[in-house]
Amino acid sequence: MNKNFLTFLPPVFLTLLLSLPLLGFFAQENSKDILLLQRWDWVLYATAAVFLANSVLIVLKKYPLPSFAISPPAKNLNALKALLFLGLLALPFLSSRSTIDLATLVLLYICLAWGLNITMGLAGLLDLGYVAFYAIGAYTTAILSHYYGLSFWQCVPLSGLVAAIFALVIGMPILRVQGDYLAIVALGFAEIVRIVATNWQSLTGGPNGMSGMPRPTFFGLEFGRTSSSGLPTFQDFFHIPFNSEHRLIFLFYCILGLAIIIYVVSKRLRCLPLGRAWEAMREDEIACRALGINLPRIKLSAYSIGAGIAGLVGAFFATKQGFVSPESFTFNETAMIVAMVVLGGMGSLWGICIAATFLVLLPELARGLADYRMLLFGLAMILVMRFKPNGLISVRQPTVKMS
Amino acid sequence: MDYFFQQLINGITLGAIYGLIALGYTMVYGIVGMINFAHGEIYMIAAFIGFLAFLLLASLGVTSVIVTLILVLVISMVFTSVYGFAVERVAYRPLRNAPKLAPLISAIGMSIFLQNYVQLTQGARVKSLPPVFTQNFHLTDSLTISTVQLLILGSTALLLLGFSYLINKTPLGRAQRACEQDRKMAALVGVDVDKTISLTFVLGAALAAVAGVMVILYYGVLDFYMGFLAGMKAFVAAVLGGIGSLSGAMLGGLLIGLIESFWAAYMGGDYKNVAVFAVLMLVLVVRPNGLLGRKQVEKV
Repeated sequence: MNKNFLTFLPPVFLTLLLSLPLLGFFAQENSKDILLLQRWDWVLYATAAVFLANSVLIVLKKYPLPSFAISPPAKNLNALKALLFLGLLALPFLSSRSTIDLATLVLLYICLAWGLNITMGLAGLLDLGYVAFYAIGAYTTAILSHYYGLSFWQCVPLSGLVAAIFALVIGMPILRVQGDYLAIVALGFAEIVRIVATNWQSLTGGPNGMSGMPRPTFFGLEFGRTSSSGLPTFQDFFHIPFNSEHRLIFLFYCILGLAIIIYVVSKRLRCLPLGRAWEAMREDEIACRALGINLPRIKLSAYSIGAGIAGLVGAFFATKQGFVSPESFTFNETAMIVAMVVLGGMGSLWGICIAATFLVLLPELARGLADYRMLLFGLAMILVMRFKPNGLISVRQPTVKMS
Repeated sequence: MDYFFQQLINGITLGAIYGLIALGYTMVYGIVGMINFAHGEIYMIAAFIGFLAFLLLASLGVTSVIVTLILVLVISMVFTSVYGFAVERVAYRPLRNAPKLAPLISAIGMSIFLQNYVQLTQGARVKSLPPVFTQNFHLTDSLTISTVQLLILGSTALLLLGFSYLINKTPLGRAQRACEQDRKMAALVGVDVDKTISLTFVLGAALAAVAGVMVILYYGVLDFYMGFLAGMKAFVAAVLGGIGSLSGAMLGGLLIGLIESFWAAYMGGDYKNVAVFAVLMLVLVVRPNGLLGRKQVEKV
């Protein structure tokens, strides 16, 4: 008993010290001067919370919970996937406009997270500037259509390509160097992209952003009330009444198609020699080099493929929002996508999919939590790394197993 | 010409602050081999603690500027060190033998956590501190150096002297250098590795605390986001000087400060951060080990 009590003391004392300055005091600015206010109750709560958490941990250590693992039976899994797919196909016809919007947003983030999964989950490169390529994709679409009049379907592949080329140029010097420089260089690069997008007023519109994105067309058929290209509009061609939701539904299907393509590509890539080299590199770089794998080259490929996907998604984001501005591409965005990959389980496509859905819907479900969202993300990332480094939701089994 | 020298003074002042933060990055990288992403946040927390300490002392009726300054520095260094210690204990120590991506992700989580923690507890608005020192010294007609600038340069020089004594002459410094060279071997000859690593984080945090207090004296404003850019620039400084090299970190900090203030003075302020990151890329291409860095030997 006595010994147990002593183990309580250091963390509780530490919490007291930590909370004393920042929780215990805060400054409030009046019109004239600054007041220093005290809130000792917060210090008390924090200390009590740590005390309680510590006691729970100690009890848990003595009487561990029976470990449980969620492993759905494999034979039902395919049926489940088929059901999910059919559900997604039917979704636009069953739900309201706002639900379709939200579902499109969820799909966008799933695509983004799957793209980052290639860089981070498969190849083990921490890319903290992922949002830069997303931004480059979105701005490429905006600029190409605004200044050169390209249509949406011309912009999409170009956006992906431009983002991938940027990744090559950035990655070439950095990935050659030993160490974890990529993370911070990518962070810096994302900052540069945002600064340039904000300051290059004549090209990007600066902080006001650009509007008038190209709209996707259905094999050349437009979704507007009238057509500008000479071809009939979508509703005239199929002889159905005009409905502004058609465009949204079509966009939803496009992004669903993109998600499926990314899913299949990720799955296939993993089985290629390239994908295996990525996973081997993630596990042990030195062993990998000893086997004759050209590390800079495969790092670069993982980096630029991930970036290319972000660019593609950026093009869809641009047309979905109808507007791009530097505001949409802050570090918080990257943090959220990284959190999706980490919580879902690096390398596990379905885990990431669940995590992305959850994290996008979270602020919608619990409005009160919106302020604490980023705080919880940060905490979750630390806790997951500490207790379940393979991911909270799912653990990806190695593709190749030694028998 | 005075304009040039004025920028030189401003740049060196800024560089001293970056250098103090960069020392924290470079020490941690040297000993644990990881980028401590949360270090910029530690600096931000130091600024906040310093700010609150200023207000506290003012409300307690301490009027002497010198006493206030010393007390603020001590309070900020002590409490920031506790934060540095806690960050290592919570986020990094349990992951010391984990795959190399794990501590990085944990660090980025810690950085996000601390940023939002301060935002939630202290508010998102930019805070401003009324100027403490207002006196300027005129070197020539148009060339001035402010008391705060002198203070920053003086305290940085003093800290560096003490710090290099600590690293080169004391048992703690010896243990620190031993752990940096070979952690396992140091443990075998009786160095308490855990304690040494903890102390490294504490030292880094204390240096960042001085930087944090100085920066609020210098600029008079602070917000929860200030650690992000400053932390990144300090990291660039550490890489530029050669990561793992202590004198390199200081040199890198000075160079980054000079680049930033000259760029802002002659090319405009819009792209000064772009210039700093361009330097980072250039260094990694041309001289990946930095200006004063040693070639890293990889151990299996």
